[in-house]
Amino acid sequence: MKNKFKFIFLLILFFGQRLVLAQNLNSDDLIKQARQYDGQVVTYSGEVIGDVMRRGEFAWVNINDGNNAIGVWIKTGLTKEINITGNYKAQGDFLEITGVFYRACLKHGGDLDIHAQTLHKISSGKIIEHKLDFVKLEVSFILLGALFLIWILSLFKRK
Amino acid sequence: MIFKPRLKDLKTIGFYLGKIILGLAFTMALPILIGLCFGELNPVLDFVLSILISLVLGFLLIIFCRTEEDLNWVQGMIVVSTSWIIAMILGAIPLYLSGHWKSFLDACFDAMSGFATTGLTLVQNLDHISYAHNFWRHLIMFLGGQGIIVIALSFFVRGFSGAFKMYVGEGRDERIMPNVINTARFIWMVSIVYLILGTLALGITGIFNGMQPANSFFHGACIFMAAFDTGGFAPQSQNILYYHSIIYEIITIVIMVLGALNFKLHYHLWSGNRKEIFKNIEVVTLCVTILTTFFIVAVGLAQLGSYPNALVLFRKGFYQLISGHTGTGFQTIYPQQFLDSWNPLALCGVIIAMALGGAVCSTTGAIKMLRIGIILKAFKEDLKRIIMPDKAIVIEKFHHIKEIFLEDKLIRSALTITLAYFVLYGLGTLVGMFYGYPFLEALFESTSAAANVGLSCGITSITMPAGLKITYIIQMWAGRLEFMSVFAIIGFLVAVIKGK
Repeated sequence: MKNKFKFIFLLILFFGQRLVLAQNLNSDDLIKQARQYDGQVVTYSGEVIGDVMRRGEFAWVNINDGNNAIGVWIKTGLTKEINITGNYKAQGDFLEITGVFYRACLKHGGDLDIHAQTLHKISSGKIIEHKLDFVKLEVSFILLGALFLIWILSLFKRK
Repeated sequence: MIFKPRLKDLKTIGFYLGKIILGLAFTMALPILIGLCFGELNPVLDFVLSILISLVLGFLLIIFCRTEEDLNWVQGMIVVSTSWIIAMILGAIPLYLSGHWKSFLDACFDAMSGFATTGLTLVQNLDHISYAHNFWRHLIMFLGGQGIIVIALSFFVRGFSGAFKMYVGEGRDERIMPNVINTARFIWMVSIVYLILGTLALGITGIFNGMQPANSFFHGACIFMAAFDTGGFAPQSQNILYYHSIIYEIITIVIMVLGALNFKLHYHLWSGNRKEIFKNIEVVTLCVTILTTFFIVAVGLAQLGSYPNALVLFRKGFYQLISGHTGTGFQTIYPQQFLDSWNPLALCGVIIAMALGGAVCSTTGAIKMLRIGIILKAFKEDLKRIIMPDKAIVIEKFHHIKEIFLEDKLIRSALTITLAYFVLYGLGTLVGMFYGYPFLEALFESTSAAANVGLSCGITSITMPAGLKITYIIQMWAGRLEFMSVFAIIGFLVAVIKGK
C-alpha cells in the first residue's frame, strides 16, 4: 500500500503539470493564452467541420467549438470514428480530443494546432433538414407581380 | 455661387444608376445556379428575392428617369459613389436573409467589405453557411475588384462618352486600350483567364491535400476570387489556416501578387513585352517596399522569439506581410495572435505595408506604388537640386510603360491622394480610440479597413460598436473609390442644401 502511494506521489510530481492542464479548454483560452499552454497536453472538444484531410498516416481535422476552429493533426486510423462533418446541410460529429497543443508548431510551419493522442466521440452528427420558407416564397411572388406591373407601366410610357 | 442640382441632373443620375443596378441584379443569378447545383432551396429563394428587389428598383429608375443625356463629370462621379452604396445595400439582402448575420448593418458591413475587396467580416457560424451564400461573398469581391462600373461598362452599357467619367470615378485612371469599354472588357478577360488557371491549381492542390473534389474546386474558385481581387474572404472561418498546406500558401501568394499588379502591366506582359516588369516603377517600388517592410516584421518577430526557427518565422511573417501589402487580408494566424505573438515593431511593419498597397489600376486599395514611386523620385530630384550647382538642370524621369518626365502636376496629385489616405487612416484610428481600443490596435484595424486589406487584430467582431462598424464601412468605400467620387457626392449634397 505504501509503495502504491509512493508511486502515485511520484507520478503527480513528474506529470502533475501535464495532468492538471489536460482539462477541457476552449479555443479562446488556447489562442489567447497560447504561450501558457504551448507543449502541454490539453483536452479540446467541438464539432468537426469541413473536410477530413488525409495526408498519409495522419490527417487534418478542423474542430470548431463555437468560437473558433482549431486544426487537429491526428492518426488516420482514428478518423474512422468520424462519420459526419459540419457544413450547411449537416451538424458534424462532436469530438473530444486529447493531445499536445502547439502555439507555433515546428512540424507544421508555425501553425497553432493540436497533435491528437486520443479521440472520443461525444455525440454523432446529424443531417440538418432545411424546410422551405414559404414567407420568402410568397414575397417572391408579390415582387414578381410588381415587376410585371412595372413592365406594363414601361409599355404605357413608351406609347 | 453654387447651383442647385436640377431635376434633369437627378434624372440623368437615376437613369445610369438604374442600369448599374440591373447589371448587379444579373450577377445574382450565379449564386442561384450554385444553390441549385448543391440543392439549397432556401438560399436560392434568398437570391431570387434579392434579384427581384434589384430588378424592381432598377427598372423603376430607368422608366422614371429615362434620358438621352450623357453624363458630365460630376454626374459620373455621383453615379459611381451612389452605385457602390446601393450595391452594398442590395448585396447585403441575400446575406441578411441567410440568418448568418446578426443585423442588416452587419450584412451591409460584409457586403461593402466584399465589394471594396477588404475582407473584414462579421459573419457568424461561417462553417455552416450555404454554398450559394459563400459563393456570393466571394463573387462580390470578384465584381468589386474589377469594379462595379467595369461590369456595367463591359456588358450593359453601349459606348458613350460618360463611360470614361464613371471609369475614372471608380479609382481607375489608366486606359489600357484606346476605348474605355474595350479596357473594361480586357480587365475581365485577364481576370477570367487567371480565374480558370487559379481555380485549377488550387482545386488540384486541394484534392492532393485530402479535400473532396467538388469542395476542393469550389474552395479553389472562391479562394482565387478573394486572392486575385485582393479581397481576403475565405470559405471557412479559419481562413487560409483551414488548409494546413504550404503549397496552398505559395499559390495564393502568387495570385495575390498577380492581383496587385497593374492591368496595364498584365497587358504588356501578355503582349510579349516581358522586360517591362523589370523596368516598371511600380514593380521596382513594390519589391523595395516588400523587402523593407518584411525586414521590419522579421526583426520584430525575432526580437520577441515568436517562432521556433527562421524558416517558420519567414513562412508566417512573409505570408501576413505579403497579404497585407497586396491588400488581400488572408491570414494564416488567428487575429488575436497579432497581439499575442507579434510585437509592436512587427505590427508596424504590417501596418506600413497595408498603408502602401499595390499598383494603380489593379484590384488593390491604399496609396499605391505609382504614387509612392513618384514621391520617392521627387525626393531624389530635390536632393539632387540641393547637392548640384545652382545652374545645373535637374530632370527626373520614371518608367511606367513608357518614359515619363516627373512633372510637378504628377507629384502634387500623388501627394494629395497620399495625404487623403493618411487622413482617412488617422480618422478611423481616432474613432477606434474613442471607443476605447488602444492606439496600435485602432491604427491597425483602421488602416486595414481604409486600405481595403482585411487583416484583423481582433477589433472587427460582431460585438464591435455600431459607430465603429459604420466608420469602417465609410473608410472601405472612400478608400476603394480613391476619394474623387466621394468628394463629388459631398459637393453634390452641399449644392442640394445651399445651392441657388
